[in-house]
Amino acid sequence: MWNPTNKKLDLELVGFALIALLILVVLPLSVDAFRLNLVGKYLTYAFVAVGLVLCWGYTGILSLGQGVFFGLGGYCMAMFLKLEASSVANTKIQSTPGIPDFMDWNQLTELPFFWVPFKSLPFALFAVIAVPAIAAFILSFAMFKRRVGGVYFAIITQAVAAVLTILIIGRQGYTGGINGITDLRTLLGWDIRTDGAKYILYFVCCVLLLGSMFLARFVLSSKLGRLLVAIRDKEDRVRFSGYSVGDFKIFIFCLASAIAAVGGAMFSLQVGFMSPSFVGIVPSIEMVIFCAVGGRHSLVGAVIGTLIVNWAKTSFSETFPELWLFAMGGLFIAVVLAFPRGLAGLFTDQILPLIKRVGMRTGALPKPAPAE
Amino acid sequence: MSFDQKRPTGPSLSRRQLLAGTAALSAAALVSPHALAQAFPTAKVNTTGLAVTDTEVTVGILHSVTGTMAISETGSVQAEKLAISQINEAGGVLGRKIKFIQEDGGSDWPTFAEKAKKLLVQDKCASVMGCWTSASRKAVLPVFEQYNGMLYYPTFYEGLEQSKNVIYTGQEATQQIIAGLDWVTKEKGAKTFYLLGSDYIWPRTSNKIARKHIENHLKTKVVGEEYFPLGHTQFNSVINKIKLTKPDVIYAIIVGGSNVAFYKQLKAAGIDLSQQTLLTISVTEDEIDGIGGENIAGAFACMKYFQSLKNPNNEKFVAAFHKMWGDKTVIGDVTQAAYLGPWLWKLTVEKAGSFDIDKIAAASPGVEFTGAPEGYVKIHENHHLWSKTRVGRARTDGQYDLIYETANLVEPDPFPKGYQ
Repeated sequence: MWNPTNKKLDLELVGFALIALLILVVLPLSVDAFRLNLVGKYLTYAFVAVGLVLCWGYTGILSLGQGVFFGLGGYCMAMFLKLEASSVANTKIQSTPGIPDFMDWNQLTELPFFWVPFKSLPFALFAVIAVPAIAAFILSFAMFKRRVGGVYFAIITQAVAAVLTILIIGRQGYTGGINGITDLRTLLGWDIRTDGAKYILYFVCCVLLLGSMFLARFVLSSKLGRLLVAIRDKEDRVRFSGYSVGDFKIFIFCLASAIAAVGGAMFSLQVGFMSPSFVGIVPSIEMVIFCAVGGRHSLVGAVIGTLIVNWAKTSFSETFPELWLFAMGGLFIAVVLAFPRGLAGLFTDQILPLIKRVGMRTGALPKPAPAE
Repeated sequence: MSFDQKRPTGPSLSRRQLLAGTAALSAAALVSPHALAQAFPTAKVNTTGLAVTDTEVTVGILHSVTGTMAISETGSVQAEKLAISQINEAGGVLGRKIKFIQEDGGSDWPTFAEKAKKLLVQDKCASVMGCWTSASRKAVLPVFEQYNGMLYYPTFYEGLEQSKNVIYTGQEATQQIIAGLDWVTKEKGAKTFYLLGSDYIWPRTSNKIARKHIENHLKTKVVGEEYFPLGHTQFNSVINKIKLTKPDVIYAIIVGGSNVAFYKQLKAAGIDLSQQTLLTISVTEDEIDGIGGENIAGAFACMKYFQSLKNPNNEKFVAAFHKMWGDKTVIGDVTQAAYLGPWLWKLTVEKAGSFDIDKIAAASPGVEFTGAPEGYVKIHENHHLWSKTRVGRARTDGQYDLIYETANLVEPDPFPKGYQ
């Protein structure tokens, strides 16, 4: 018999390499600039999925509010870009030139104080990580220190998503309201709307995603990673062994949120706007679905799942504009019924043993080193 | 501020419109679509690589047909498809049949941006009819400007916007508001107003304009102004305040599903709309379908179009709409504005003698459409439409009776001085 743990880690590296090959070489060579930009957008959701593998797949913390952190990261980036796009020269037509257009529509006459630091790119980049991480810390500290977990935590995250959406929509003079922050143009004078810029941002996004995956792999393969699995499977035993379970859960939840936030910032850059429609309950659940389809125990699976679901969403909706939601629903039901552990589970549970058996029979595959 | 409506309207005038174009165009128009297409070789009328062939031209339709906005936007899709099929029956545009590609915005603004880009970059659509909410328009606007597309946007909206790449076929805020307030002041002797709205940019901007007009021009008073989140259904507290302040006019800009709760609760609270004047700019025949005619009968709405308008254009339009989409469908203000989009585009292309976006943008000002169901419209230099403002009163059967219409077309003024 082969040893699943050793083998799985090897396979994971192979998977990483295949993903890198796919997103860095195959896709840029085979699809046009428009489709590549779409793939770039899907990859920003993959950041959230990677975070979910960490906190849901390995630690058992189901968060139905990851859109909050994706959105906060995205808003931090969008605020910087919006301020740059709202130079006095660009906004001459307004009653108060030099402030973002939506503030002018809402009769604000000066920039709100919390917008001011976002004039600086280093601060904005810092905030992209820090704001969501701090939000995640406050939320998780309050919950996990009181040993609130499981379904209750999932419900709280939903409530946070709803609260933040209402806040953003309600304070439209400060946040852009339901329209979001639109018409982002340049990054330090570099026009992010051109095809050339989109190519570069796509590759930046790919590199950051691969970086996050390696970071996640590093965490999971360390001693900490084993502890996380232990917390997922028997939280009380870990606590009785003397570990402070809450601290580990807080850490992994903040890490997952920070990774999601990087995705949000890349979204603002690549798509050119940010809106509250990413922050709410529905998009947050959708992000969990991406991860579930790919397989929540597998970093590779989560990324592939995100790409497949989003690609299906785009192509179904282009082909059947009035019926595509049924097709998506059908896909999810099929996945849950047929392979509850996602595509990655399908691969490790069904396909791999099959290859193994065929390999044994023909002797084509070298025998893995016996572990027993 | 006014524009004389010179001629009676009639369907034959669209042909006259055509004849008023270039000499080559008028000569060819008398022959056949095929000859017309030959008179305008594709290489000449399409120098920027749009999806135009010798026999066909592709346009996009971009609305939500799924999600919360689908109920509102479906009428627009139907109207646009009707206009396209009528144009094709009449020979197409420069002898080319219109083919449309429909995309679903899914009531989600980023999806609108993605699909708009697809329609422009991949499908090379010669124009796009689409969007409904301001949020979706704001999301696609940078896309249309960057890739130089042409959007025909049908909804009445808050103004404060003007783009080379958009033709606004609905009213901007001043067109919908000022004439209505003048009318209610004159006819009903209104002195006090209570302003209500859903909490987003259109109702807020509209109420801002209304307040300035009420206070600075009519010299009357606003006694209350309140906003509610989209989807809000508890209006009892504001209804109590209305009962206490007893305004002469309730001015309501509540949108979507909230309307159902608002008008039912108003009725339940004993506010009788045959006694209490209520003026809305957000309830069309489509919304009444959901509210129920008996709950809103007696309310006044300020629009530019009602299904019940009596003119030959509208009677033909309503008949054709019912033939294509069933007798039960109702036609609201925005649906009519959406119907104008393909026609205005066709007339503009034929005036410009080209499908090129830059030429269409330049040729748009001054384009007249005499076959419009609302009567007669003309595109202003600012890419909005000159159109009349009308006040209607809701009946129990869900239709409006026309009470008042401005004598002249009202000039669109998206950046109104003194109202900002």
